[in-house]
Amino acid sequence: MPIIQSRKGISSRKSITVYGLTFSLPMLVWQLLFFLAPLLFLIALSFWSVRNFRMEPDFNPDNWVRMLGRSVFWEAYFRTLALAASAAVITSALAFPCAYGIAFKLSEAARRWAIFLMVIPFFTSYLVRVYSWQIFLSDNGIINALFAKIGLGPFGMLNSVFGTMVGYVTLSLPLVVLLQLFSLMFVDKTLIEAAHNLRCGRLRTVFEVIVPAAKVGLVIAALFCFILTFGDFVSPLYLGGGDPPTLSILITDTTKSGQQWPRAAVIALMMIATLLAVAFAAVSYAYRERGR
Amino acid sequence: MSDFNRSRLIDWALRLYILLAFAFIFAPIAASFVFSFNVDRFPSLPLGGFSTIWYEAVANDPLVWEGLRNTLIAGVIVSVLATAIGFGAAYTDFRYKFFGKTFYVALALLPPTIPVVILGLAMLAFLSNVNLSGAIYSVIIAHVVMCAPFAMAIVRLRLSQMDPSLEAAAWNLGASEWMAMRHVVVPFCRPAIFAALFITMAVSFDEFAVAWFVSGLNETLPVKVLGFLQGQVSPRINVIGTFVFLASMTLVILAQILLMKRGGASTKTAEPVGDGL
Repeated sequence: MPIIQSRKGISSRKSITVYGLTFSLPMLVWQLLFFLAPLLFLIALSFWSVRNFRMEPDFNPDNWVRMLGRSVFWEAYFRTLALAASAAVITSALAFPCAYGIAFKLSEAARRWAIFLMVIPFFTSYLVRVYSWQIFLSDNGIINALFAKIGLGPFGMLNSVFGTMVGYVTLSLPLVVLLQLFSLMFVDKTLIEAAHNLRCGRLRTVFEVIVPAAKVGLVIAALFCFILTFGDFVSPLYLGGGDPPTLSILITDTTKSGQQWPRAAVIALMMIATLLAVAFAAVSYAYRERGR
Repeated sequence: MSDFNRSRLIDWALRLYILLAFAFIFAPIAASFVFSFNVDRFPSLPLGGFSTIWYEAVANDPLVWEGLRNTLIAGVIVSVLATAIGFGAAYTDFRYKFFGKTFYVALALLPPTIPVVILGLAMLAFLSNVNLSGAIYSVIIAHVVMCAPFAMAIVRLRLSQMDPSLEAAAWNLGASEWMAMRHVVVPFCRPAIFAALFITMAVSFDEFAVAWFVSGLNETLPVKVLGFLQGQVSPRINVIGTFVFLASMTLVILAQILLMKRGGASTKTAEPVGDGL
């Protein structure tokens, strides 16, 4: 079996050339060295020990035993899991009517504008938007000032799960809408027409024809929302109050407040394992019984 | 779509819903713009008087200038490196088949899916172990890892529109691989290359988490903002936010214009081939 073969017969140069390596090697070297190696280093680091505020290379399972033996860790773990799962469900539900409307109810030109506007938030500072939500949600902020005009409130919205969710939705809504939109746009229109011709009602068409046809995209969108929110420390800290902490807050605290990096590495590895498990489950669910 | 099963009421309700979604997305961006001109320290309604004192406060803050300088240095170098690396990876994926290609492509595209706290911790631990942490180049190293996948995706998309026989034709006409690269592939990808430069720069400008972990005392502007956020209420965040928003938008719109020209440019960029050879 040839190791290297070009797509076109005319260009078949079946050897490794300087030319080819010039283009392929930089990415390989850079990402092996500065992406894969640091992640693998986390595994080694999680077995290091800390003595007199100094880290020493070691093979000591102590960090694992201590972290996994703490109820604080497990509370944070399940709390983070529940928050991210709720965010995935809530954001997907909020995004779907929006993506559906953009895909099926807007003109071609309006749709292109909508997509452009959805991309903008990726290039605005997430920190600034979170700070801005503080202005909206605080006890004497904009929303409570409006409520006060009609004699209600003030409502404590900041430093609560509600605040965290607002931040999570801010972070992930544009991406979820875009991913849902792209899968909805590729739903076979004749399927929908067929459903209509067979006198299938509007809602039934949506839930029994369109949603199953776009299932892969919808599940992937929810998965990305889960990944984004699972690792986010800004919203739970600055909108949710940070207490009790999520795993990402635990990592920043543990890392920034001294030399307990090996323990932070344990948390990080637990997060990676969880993300891999969730991603694997979501992808196999998304592609299951597609041909039905 | 057929007109059966259509209801004007539901259509309008959906359009209204789309508007509400955009209102939710743009409310914080708009508010930070409005409140950057508000005289009050504690932002609320009704608005205080119009003022530019917060802009002056930011302009007179040497820490902000230092952060801006670090951000610009990092952003420019990162965009060039990430685009070069991303271009190479995209071209490799476009042209070659080889053992382990799935791993190669996965490695090229995976970094954005790893949560930034984990990436930040891993980079900090790894880089400080080899004495590379706490400097601007630490930020550059980390940001290239995070930005190269975007550059690769953008260039790969453009390459998928290129007929592979274009390159082969150049070889048949006597061009070396290098000449074909210079006179065929690069001109064809030029809009995507510039788009990748701008997009990666914009990503680097806004990245705060990994930069916070690895930058040590050489903080970039977003890391300074994180610092402001940890401190007391300060309308300076709104000022910096407005500034960074305008800078990023300029870059994104430039990239968008370049990518929009894609369709028309495909015939044009093929022309220099004849001249060059």
